[in-house]
Amino acid sequence: MRNSLAAQRLPAEVERMVSGENRRQWLRSAGLGIGTIALSQLLQESSRGSESSRVEGAPGRVVPPPFPAKAKSVIFLFMAGGPSQLELFQDKPTLRRLNGEAPPASALEGKRFAFLKGNETLLGSRRTFRAYGECGQTLSDLLPAHQRIVDKVCWLNGMQTNVFNHGPAKIFVNTGSPQPGRPSFGAWTTYGLGSEANDLPGFVVLQSGPRGPRGGSSLWSSGFLPTTHQGVPLRDSADPILHLTSPSGRNRDDERRYIDAVAALNQAHGEATRDPEIETRIAAYEMAFRMQARAPELMGMTDETQSTLDAYGVKAGQPSFARNCLLARRLVERGVRFVQLYHTNWDHHGGSTENLEKHLPEVSAQVDQPSVALIEDLERRGLLDETLVIWGGEFGRTPMGEVRENTGRDHHVDGYTMWVAGGGFKPGSMRWGVTDDLGLGTVDQAVHVHDLQATLLHQLGIDHEQLTYRFQGRDFRLTDIHGSVVRRVLA
Amino acid sequence: MDRARRSYEPHWAFRPLRKPTPPTVPGDSWSQRPIDRFVTEPLRARGLAPSPRASRETLLRRLSLDLRGLPPDSEELGRFLADPRPDAEARLVDRLLSSPHFGERWGRHWLDQARYADSHGYTVDGERTMWPYRDWVMQAINDDMPFDQFTIEQLAGDMLPDASVTERVATGFHRNTLINQEGGSDPEQFRVEAVVDRVNTTGSVWLGLTVGCAQCHNHKYDPLTQREFYQLYAFFNSGTDVNNGGATVAVPTIQQSEQLLIAEQRLAAATQLLEQFDRDHPELVEPLSSDTTTATRGATETWSQIEQPSAETNSSAMLVRQEDGAWLATGNVAPSDAYRIQLRTDSPTTITSIRLETLTDPSLPQQGPGRAGNGNFVLCELNLRDGRGTSRRISGAIAEHSQDKYPVADAIDGDIKTGWAINVGGNSQVGPLNSNRTAWFALETPLELSEGETAELELVFGDQPAGYPVGKFRVSVTSLDARELGFDSSARRALVSDVEAFKQQREQLSRAIPRSMVMADLPNPRESFVLLRGDFLRRGDPVVPATPAWLPALPQESDERLATRLDLAKWLVADEQPLTPRVTVNRMWMRLFGRGLVETENDFGAQGSTPTHPRLLEFLAADFIERDWSRKNLVRSVVLSATYQQDSYLRDDLAELDPNNLTLARQSRVRVEGEVVRDLALASSGVLSRQLGGPSVHPPQPAGVFAFTQRAGSWPESQGAARYRRGMYTFFYRSAPYPLLTTFDAPKFETTCTRRVRSNTPLQSLTLSNDAVFLELAGAWGARLARGGSPDRSSIESMFREGFSRSPNEGEVALLLDFAAAERERFESDSAALDQWLGSVAANRWNVADSKRLDVAVWSSLARIVFNLDEFITRE
Repeated sequence: MRNSLAAQRLPAEVERMVSGENRRQWLRSAGLGIGTIALSQLLQESSRGSESSRVEGAPGRVVPPPFPAKAKSVIFLFMAGGPSQLELFQDKPTLRRLNGEAPPASALEGKRFAFLKGNETLLGSRRTFRAYGECGQTLSDLLPAHQRIVDKVCWLNGMQTNVFNHGPAKIFVNTGSPQPGRPSFGAWTTYGLGSEANDLPGFVVLQSGPRGPRGGSSLWSSGFLPTTHQGVPLRDSADPILHLTSPSGRNRDDERRYIDAVAALNQAHGEATRDPEIETRIAAYEMAFRMQARAPELMGMTDETQSTLDAYGVKAGQPSFARNCLLARRLVERGVRFVQLYHTNWDHHGGSTENLEKHLPEVSAQVDQPSVALIEDLERRGLLDETLVIWGGEFGRTPMGEVRENTGRDHHVDGYTMWVAGGGFKPGSMRWGVTDDLGLGTVDQAVHVHDLQATLLHQLGIDHEQLTYRFQGRDFRLTDIHGSVVRRVLA
Repeated sequence: MDRARRSYEPHWAFRPLRKPTPPTVPGDSWSQRPIDRFVTEPLRARGLAPSPRASRETLLRRLSLDLRGLPPDSEELGRFLADPRPDAEARLVDRLLSSPHFGERWGRHWLDQARYADSHGYTVDGERTMWPYRDWVMQAINDDMPFDQFTIEQLAGDMLPDASVTERVATGFHRNTLINQEGGSDPEQFRVEAVVDRVNTTGSVWLGLTVGCAQCHNHKYDPLTQREFYQLYAFFNSGTDVNNGGATVAVPTIQQSEQLLIAEQRLAAATQLLEQFDRDHPELVEPLSSDTTTATRGATETWSQIEQPSAETNSSAMLVRQEDGAWLATGNVAPSDAYRIQLRTDSPTTITSIRLETLTDPSLPQQGPGRAGNGNFVLCELNLRDGRGTSRRISGAIAEHSQDKYPVADAIDGDIKTGWAINVGGNSQVGPLNSNRTAWFALETPLELSEGETAELELVFGDQPAGYPVGKFRVSVTSLDARELGFDSSARRALVSDVEAFKQQREQLSRAIPRSMVMADLPNPRESFVLLRGDFLRRGDPVVPATPAWLPALPQESDERLATRLDLAKWLVADEQPLTPRVTVNRMWMRLFGRGLVETENDFGAQGSTPTHPRLLEFLAADFIERDWSRKNLVRSVVLSATYQQDSYLRDDLAELDPNNLTLARQSRVRVEGEVVRDLALASSGVLSRQLGGPSVHPPQPAGVFAFTQRAGSWPESQGAARYRRGMYTFFYRSAPYPLLTTFDAPKFETTCTRRVRSNTPLQSLTLSNDAVFLELAGAWGARLARGGSPDRSSIESMFREGFSRSPNEGEVALLLDFAAAERERFESDSAALDQWLGSVAANRWNVADSKRLDVAVWSSLARIVFNLDEFITRE
């Protein structure tokens, strides 16, 4: 009987294991030499190993980057709801001139909209615009801070997507497919590259604004990849990661004693069964224990200077997009691979609670300064080169107005604006994407969502056609069967 | 594609099924069942030996987890270990197979494939009623419904002759598709997506084929063409559901059926009384014509301004009499106030009805007539008291206009939370909100005021909403028969209101009866087309329902009609169909060994892997059909095999030669699913509710789970036994799944899941260590164990038997006793920590005596350790 064999061995083992020095020794002997190898990567390798050995059928392939990576981490500032490019980034004098007139029928042929009934008229923007910087990108008065980074980011003014409802469109930007169920960008990234953080998840999701983004956890799902890769929501609460805080009544020493006991018993059983999965589990408890120590330091921000806090506009004790931007920098500093910030609500149809007059200026003001401060802060710290910062929503808005109680615009899939900074994207002097005078669509230099995904992966050192996962008989990838790298926007 | 059309050497999985004879291996003393002979032959050829039989303890827990998803309890363990009969295992297996938990366990496997969930998905993710379908699956499996019938009822139960309620509920299988409730969605787009999902799911679940690839182009590796995909699509293209609830069927419980019957009887009795009354009083039956009564109500001469000497409020506000006899509220009217107006007469007067005119005035917000910001009001109650202060019932109310959901009847219903209001919403027919509005109220019996007597009329304004009193109003009375004003006779009215009340009761009861979503087809099928590149806006050639040409032909009764879902279902389980039995037995094998004989259980096509034991797969598949598609039979023969009963220990030689256990020279250790992780903790701690089925429940979950989603979902935390239901009954929101389940790899059920991945992450450690649910269960277990005293060797042995179905070894006992001693020392020296820890494990739920507090704390710490051991959540 193995149990009795283990029994003869155990008491001495137990003795050694519960003392700190020997515990470290044992961890080394179990192949978990901390500091020599990123534990999260080890965990992911290990669980991937278990996929192939136990579940079968869908072993992942990590393709060695065919070219050196420009970027190590990603911060995606997701403007949930669809910001109006026509009020923020794209000045259309013709549209203003034709305000109130019917759009040309030819321009609408074959186009589909979510809410427009067909009798809507063109709506000229009431914002004032000016061209800034060397690149001459136009910005409206709603984004004054953006003037400072206008030459530091790469402007994509001809963005295109496939779907015009919020849920499917958000899922599309994140997973490359409009139906839920596929792995998200962040999951693909940690699946392909692992994560350098050994005391935080590799893919973290932050949320600000009045409500969560439509689509919920489908947006940061690991899909059919192992759940190790799913985005972990970092919440603005005492328990930033679900169940991170130890129960009341147990201090750090108590928990060390508890983890040691669990490890010793798991270890004994690991020897009895010889299942390598048990070593993975022991390592998972160690990492969880370290996450507990790391998170308060991360969230506390006590080491940030007042001038940094002011630059972002962080106010003590107040959850905000500003606070999340600063957290994002702290996360990538700590080796987290992918940070996604959702800020709601940009869905300005014109209703009494979502219009261009009152609510667009409010939400613009919430994100303007923090977004810019993040770029400047990353640059100052020498992190911008290796960090991709993406700013944008799931689609843009129509040149036709929607008149409800106030004015607004409907969802538009063609010719909206996103920007990307850092990570080897060409800064400044780059305005990529030309839309027609009315803003109905892109006439040149279009960048489709799949192209953007391909380009971002490229900067991470991954060929989007080779990062695949076999599921239900098909090799899936983030870019589905589409997408090409937009080399012209790269430095 | 030409490549796919080349002359085709039949792929192994598409060939007809032929039952092989089990091989005979000389000197084979190991094999117990035919299955084993298929395993031992190749093992021997490779020079490998099978592993020894697992210990009886391991075997019991393995069988219990595999067949019920629940661990054995101590009593079962003792009984099994003490059973000397040679057929003890067979008896055990039969007992487990007949347990209703077998249907839960294997039903849950099937529900993964059915992508069952309790919400619609996408962004709005509203709740749906599908649990009757979930219960149907469990019941069918417990009844060992033959798999061919199980197939037919789920795919086409609605098309069976005289389809019963349960046969229709079964078709919920394909109603588990997503519904996008987002505003501005094109219903046709999402209808098409649902139909595509039905094709893909059918292909994966029954045929083990990746038909989805052919949605946009001919299949790259298998012979399926795009046209054939849309021929399959055509079977599912005529559903009545269009990105909406579609057809439903009522599924009452026995109790609900009885209650409904009683309500029907009461309604019948009340109706009879009314009919009798009408026969006796023919003059009261026909209500006076509404034109006449409206005119009478409106006529000036009908109404008199009875003397109104004074009026008062509940606040410091004043009611000031105007020249036209109206009252204007001035000063600080309280947000929830009441007005009392004295009605007095100098000569005997009869009052049958009261008129209340609410009037606009420049002093009011938006000119009123109410005092709310927009000029609206909510008159919550209108009361009348006679000269002796006795309340007089007001039996009828009519208003020229009532706001939606604020009918004037709510002003006389005795409920201060409801009332009459006058906003107009989008209705432009009725004029603006800020208009004079009149209401008329009839007394149940006329009020006779004698000379000098004073009655009191009271207008009450509640606090839901607050700030909605009337601003200006005028009161008049009449002595005309209330019927002339359009009110019913009061005697008749009472009877009518009885009938209405019972009707309402019946309505309420039938509304409470769950309606499960089911399939139903349009009377005339939709036309189907190839959709170019899968785009629903780009139609190609028309197609009719048909099955792929390279699989056995569809038996069709007649060329006259189009083939239906029923034809398709029968084709899937026809004798000539080799894929369904192969795919089905392979997946069942996978549930019992951690992997299938065909590794790619969802791809039996050319790109899939070949079976490790091809003849065994053929044998099992053919045997399955021969034994009437009985799943219990199949499970029984597998789990009684020597192959299944092997130890899972990874031997040195196997670690080197066959680390992935392709030869089946051992069992595999398998971490249980998220639902079962919960079930194990519930069962060990002794609080598990064994109730089967019913609406899904809401066990505690951390606050803020919905913070990251659009929906502000409600999570009414379950109490009592419902708090401790099995994991599979947890309400499943697709956009915000119960965190435990996601953390332990439950899919989101947006598409079919034929196999779950199994990860091993720090979030799992955090959940098992710190989730309040597991702490509460550690407390429950700790409180129970503490009744027997402090931890010692023998009580730790009991705990081990409850948690792991085995006895601990020396080292384990020593470690846990050490740990217990350290915990005790810690809590003895820090009473605050003791209190907090007892709070963490919710010890207050279990009536802990003061003298036992320390023991409960220590035992709870030990229970927490047990929950967190790999062995606890693993089927060995």
